[in-house]
Amino acid sequence: MADDAIDFVLPLGGHEPARLARVSQAEEELRGLLVASLGGSAVDYRRFLERLGSHLRAYYKGKLVRSGRTDTEAEDLVQETLMVIHTRRHTYDVTQPVTPWVHAIARYKLIDHLRQTRATAANVPVEDAGVLLAHGDHVAAESSLDVARLLAHLPAKMRSAIQSTKVDGLSTAEAAARSGMSETAVKVSVHRGLKALAKLVGGTAR
Amino acid sequence: MKTDDLIGFLGSSFEREPVRTSWMTRRLGLAVAVGAACALFLALAVLGVRPGLMQGRPLLFLAFKLAFAAAVGGLAIRYLVRVASPGGESRVHLGIAALPFVAVAALAGASLTTVPREHWHGQISGHSWLECLVSIPLIAIVPFALVTWAVRRFGAPTDLIRAGALVGLAAGAVSALGYSLHCMDDTVPFVAVWYGGTIALCTLAGAVLGPRLLRW
Repeated sequence: MADDAIDFVLPLGGHEPARLARVSQAEEELRGLLVASLGGSAVDYRRFLERLGSHLRAYYKGKLVRSGRTDTEAEDLVQETLMVIHTRRHTYDVTQPVTPWVHAIARYKLIDHLRQTRATAANVPVEDAGVLLAHGDHVAAESSLDVARLLAHLPAKMRSAIQSTKVDGLSTAEAAARSGMSETAVKVSVHRGLKALAKLVGGTAR
Repeated sequence: MKTDDLIGFLGSSFEREPVRTSWMTRRLGLAVAVGAACALFLALAVLGVRPGLMQGRPLLFLAFKLAFAAAVGGLAIRYLVRVASPGGESRVHLGIAALPFVAVAALAGASLTTVPREHWHGQISGHSWLECLVSIPLIAIVPFALVTWAVRRFGAPTDLIRAGALVGLAAGAVSALGYSLHCMDDTVPFVAVWYGGTIALCTLAGAVLGPRLLRW
């Protein structure tokens, strides 16, 4: 029975029976959930996203930590990938296994992310599809989207000053050039903005 | 934002409608069809139909050109639909997509052996090779833009070079379809070199532009 299940998962060559069994189990489970979801089951869809989220987390953490990146970045990618899987779920062909489909998306988003953040894809090994489903990780770090949500509460000037200097990592001079404000104005905005942010965070903590 | 919140959000925005890949296939097919209609319109409006198109030899060659373009376009759509899905590139065989080119090149070679060498030049360059060289890629721009939009909107290609190449191939094919109504040259080597060459050029342009245009 286990052999049949292993054969079902396509692109693996095998010296790791335990991992293979885990992968094929995950494949069958995810496939069942996704097929049910596409047929209209919202409950299965939620479960599908949860399972997939944990696989994606393990995958992205594994890839990014090796090249010295943070958990937050991995979590951003998990969310980005879940979102595109949601909006492009019609591209899944129900006659095909789900692993290669999910892996192709996860890998595409990883490479796209690395390219955008100016690292070379060569730094991060990109492997076969089975790797994605071999592990799960349920410890979710919060993504940086939280910062974006908090920033949205600030006035435009403070928001752009903090965005430039603290999130995008520009120098004060670069931020001034980008926003058209003077350097002093940028510094003042950052200072005030950070104070306002601290208040907001304190407020939400209470 | 916590990932659990996102999942909750995505789960609640889930529509209870079955979705299938056939939906995307139809959209992409429609985009190519509309692109073909645009190419036909452009060719007719700007270049006009060739006089005497419905007579013996011109009609025979029109059928030949249309068959070539349709074969290329058909294979392009077949693989475009696959490459538009994540991981679908593994089920794309560009070698098979090149078969119509090989077949026409073989026919051209065979037909050249039947004429003396000094006529080869005339057989290949015909009356209007330059017009063909310019027209097919220019007419292909509109279908190319349309199909590119459709792939971005409805698909999720993960091999953007191949996806771009196939968009270019489809656009070149429907452009050749339109241009064939105007084309004045009735030799097999002409079709092989100038139709085949310009469609290949469109494919190459698509492969180069794909990574920029098809990102999602």
